[in-house]
Amino acid sequence: MPDLLLELRSEEIPARMQRKAADDLRKMLTDGLVESGLTYEAAREYWTPRRLALDIRGLTARSKDIHEEIKGPATSAPEQAVQGFLRKAGLASVAEAHVHSDPKKGDFYVAHISKPGRAAEEIIAELVPGIIRGFPWPKSMRWGPASAKPGSLRWVRPLQSILCTFGPETEEPVVVDFEIDGIRSGNVTYGHRFHAPGEITVRRFDDYVSKLEAAKVVLDADRRREIILADARNLAFANGLDLVEDEGLLEEVSGLVEWPVVLMGEFEQDFLAIPAEVIRLTIRANQKCFVSRPQGAVEDLSNRFILTANIEAKDGGKEIAYGNGKVVRARLSDALYFWKTDQGDLPDLDQLKSSAEKFGLDPKKPLDQRMARLDHLGVTFHAKLGTQGERVERIKKLAEELAPVVGADPALAARAAVLAKADLQTEVVGEFPELQGAMGRKYALLQGEHPSVAAAIEEHYKPQGPSDRVPTDSVSIAVALADKLDTLVGFWAIDEKPTGSKDPYALRRAALGVVRVVLENKIKLSFSKAIAATVAAALFAYERLGEGAESRGVVAMLDARIQDYRGESRLLPEAGLVAELMKQGLQKAISETSGAADSEREFFDGQRIMELQASLAPFTDDLLSFFHDRLKVYLRDQGARHDLIDAVITPQSDDLLQIVRRVEALGSFLDTDNGKNLLAGTKRAANILAAEEKKRTAIAETVEQALFREDAEKLLFAAVNQAEKEAGEAIQNEDFSAAMLALSVLREPVDSFFERVLVNDEDQAVRANRLALLARIRAATGKVADFSRIAG
Amino acid sequence: MTIDIPAHMHPSRSFQGLILTLHNYWADYGCVILQPYDMEVGAGTFHPATTLRALGPKRWNAAYVQPSRRPKDGRYGENPNRLQHYYQYQVILKPNPPNLQELYLGSLKAIGVDPLLHDIRFVEDDWESPTLGAWGLGWECWCDGMEVSQFTYFQQVCGIECAPVAGELTYGLERLAMYVQGVDNVYDLNFNGRDGAEKVTYGDVFLQAEQEYSRHNFEHANTAMLLRHFEDAEAECKALLDAGAPASNDSLAMHRMVLPAYDQCIKASHVFNLLDARGVISVTERQGYILRVRNLAKACGEAFLLTQAGGLAA
Repeated sequence: MPDLLLELRSEEIPARMQRKAADDLRKMLTDGLVESGLTYEAAREYWTPRRLALDIRGLTARSKDIHEEIKGPATSAPEQAVQGFLRKAGLASVAEAHVHSDPKKGDFYVAHISKPGRAAEEIIAELVPGIIRGFPWPKSMRWGPASAKPGSLRWVRPLQSILCTFGPETEEPVVVDFEIDGIRSGNVTYGHRFHAPGEITVRRFDDYVSKLEAAKVVLDADRRREIILADARNLAFANGLDLVEDEGLLEEVSGLVEWPVVLMGEFEQDFLAIPAEVIRLTIRANQKCFVSRPQGAVEDLSNRFILTANIEAKDGGKEIAYGNGKVVRARLSDALYFWKTDQGDLPDLDQLKSSAEKFGLDPKKPLDQRMARLDHLGVTFHAKLGTQGERVERIKKLAEELAPVVGADPALAARAAVLAKADLQTEVVGEFPELQGAMGRKYALLQGEHPSVAAAIEEHYKPQGPSDRVPTDSVSIAVALADKLDTLVGFWAIDEKPTGSKDPYALRRAALGVVRVVLENKIKLSFSKAIAATVAAALFAYERLGEGAESRGVVAMLDARIQDYRGESRLLPEAGLVAELMKQGLQKAISETSGAADSEREFFDGQRIMELQASLAPFTDDLLSFFHDRLKVYLRDQGARHDLIDAVITPQSDDLLQIVRRVEALGSFLDTDNGKNLLAGTKRAANILAAEEKKRTAIAETVEQALFREDAEKLLFAAVNQAEKEAGEAIQNEDFSAAMLALSVLREPVDSFFERVLVNDEDQAVRANRLALLARIRAATGKVADFSRIAG
Repeated sequence: MTIDIPAHMHPSRSFQGLILTLHNYWADYGCVILQPYDMEVGAGTFHPATTLRALGPKRWNAAYVQPSRRPKDGRYGENPNRLQHYYQYQVILKPNPPNLQELYLGSLKAIGVDPLLHDIRFVEDDWESPTLGAWGLGWECWCDGMEVSQFTYFQQVCGIECAPVAGELTYGLERLAMYVQGVDNVYDLNFNGRDGAEKVTYGDVFLQAEQEYSRHNFEHANTAMLLRHFEDAEAECKALLDAGAPASNDSLAMHRMVLPAYDQCIKASHVFNLLDARGVISVTERQGYILRVRNLAKACGEAFLLTQAGGLAA
């Protein structure tokens, strides 16, 4: 069976697009071949910066002949119908159609169509130009004289040549002949741009690969990766160093060269004063080089970097390494300048006074100055949610309020929150946004902040995803929760919730972050109260910032949302009151620093927050259900049974830690015989009730002891009363195992009730009373979970 | 093309030798060698020989040096790499020839960069000029990890589709010269290729200017006056375009005053750059100014298509 070789050679394709483009090429062409009636045994794609190649093996030489019959109208049908049939079937006249007879329908026309199979070459020649014209490049361009006319060919960069050969292994392959915008397919390609500029004539894949290799082109990107990685490791090792591996960089670099040659360059030791991460990113982002560290070192870097050249240089690479070293030094000079500048005073301190005062910043400290400038410049966080400064104001207040709840010092939490975003104004973070938080921590330590404050500046962004580390320091927890809650409430207020796969503000990640921080640190937190506190913090900031502050945006948006739900504005009139109350809470927190846990918690547990909570109810419910969804995903990933989660969560479930504990207790209870049987009994009771409720059978409001006829009824009633009482008390104490234990005594009376008692008694009153007793079982177990949602 | 040149004019010795070698190379290819445009611009692309000539169907091959001013990049002469005034070597070929990459590599060889000794690379870099309403796809050209040129296939200029596409090469002359001369500080570049008392360095020519202009750009440029000049240039550009516009009832008539109008667009752009360096333009205003310049550029580009050079059949 013949093989197909296709190569599309172009000017340098961006590294990040190569892999997907080669994959698209394979998919599009193999799909097209199959749709045209061909089959193939194997297909594999290849790419270099200058070519996409496709090797298809065992392609059928021809598509099969196709015979089909198209049924037409009755021979007696009107002329119009017959003409329509002829057009559809592609026949010239009725004479070309056959007449079939059917005992019911009578005579009717049938067209016998035979499509002869086509040669694979013909199919390929037709398919490839279409694929090239419609290729899904993320960005494409026109070029050359052809671009004078509309509709000219587009490609990622100018397409230079097309190689397309086809034929069985035993014969000389042929060129599949086609042309697209003046580029004619052939059997010629070119090797390495500098090492082998001459033409190469190719027959099939095997000699294509070996001739390219001889012309200093490694076709297989994975092999280029392996070469780079192995050579880089060896070169580092030979110099007493370890390569700092970097998957993304390796992928990119292997897409930048056809003939990888690994070399080592160096820079002055002095630059090692710059934080390692900044050095690595500087060298990676600008120069696409790897860094190395002394063998065995964990964080420290060495002053050697590893680059990948595209040539075997005449001098063994001395000039290349020297030249790259010069550029790296220039870049590191900039980085060192940034690092030092960030530790110095800002030139415009005079202008920053009012911002510094507003946040209680120390104008002598560099990071404090940066925060003042972030506020002073009015950098926007989101058009509808105001500036970064206002956001920090809210987060600060909220972190302070949450601090006692999570066991943190409110003053430290407030300080950490105020500095949390300051590094956005540093030069280093301006250059490398991915270092936000990490740089803030370094600068905070340099200016003598409390270690928990410094840690919180970095960790309040965490966790960034399902596998990222969750902060454990209480100050970090307070700021992380405040930051995420403020984001979620803010975007909920402006109705920018995630939809489907769209979540531009990463709100799912933020909510999952809250869930993980709370659960993994075993924090007992009422979410509706936390949401109310977030709103209160916004009101507080709103009140503080005064007339004309953009933060009115957040509060106004929130208020509008509340109005949507409730039809009246409740929030704005409360602002002053809430702010006043929070100020008192704050003063208390400051004046009674130790042993004042209760008064510190006053605001959070106070009357006003409960009122606020009540006015927010529909808004809170909506956001709460979003948290529930994240919790479910999280618990399922942890291996929890989703039916148990559903059985335990209600729309009002407010304490995520409690949900988890209930799920755990329920799970272990259901593993016992008592649990299994009680579940069966409860389900049976619920099913009977559901059936009778559907039939609108009378069910008594309350159970009347006088109507009991059997001992089993009496026993069950007594047991239900007892179990309900005990389970209720246990749940009050959040002792879910005890609640389960209380329920487990129900198993025996429930079983004997179903064994001995016929619910459907002839006496209507007795039946209604028995049904009421069943309803009590459902109610008692419902204290713990909705048993009807449990599988089995 | 080989030209016997005396050692003191060789690009590896002399800054002006580098320029002359490039001139020779592109003149030999058939480009018209133009002189710098006599106005302050931020990049060689602003020269009407690129911005305007990239539009319309006519063949156009040109090369020139363009002094470029980036007021914000001034460092009072204290940074070895950054200048508020530097030279770009600009080549524009419309339509782009199919072997433009080879032509470019040929020019590197001409100035003494051996591609089997130095690692030359085409690294993705999509070019965009918001002020000119222009974009294109291409690369940064790297030599041993240093960006020495910008290579762009113009797709749109002045908001107008290029038909045909022009290829633009921009060489950063100081960087390239530092590379071939093996110098770490731009002010140490040998300008005239001579030694001893006859030697003139880049610093001899430009250091004082860098210091003075940095003071001007960052501290002393009169912002009230500049704000006025921006308004004036904007108004004048529009007025000239209106005055030169063909009568609306004559579909074949030409526009008669595109080039003077475009000068005002360039002026507005430079004034904006100065204001930006003085730090008087806020983040939000910035976008507005860029948009105003772009509108001028667009109007000029559209008018240019109504001229002979723009391809209007006379």
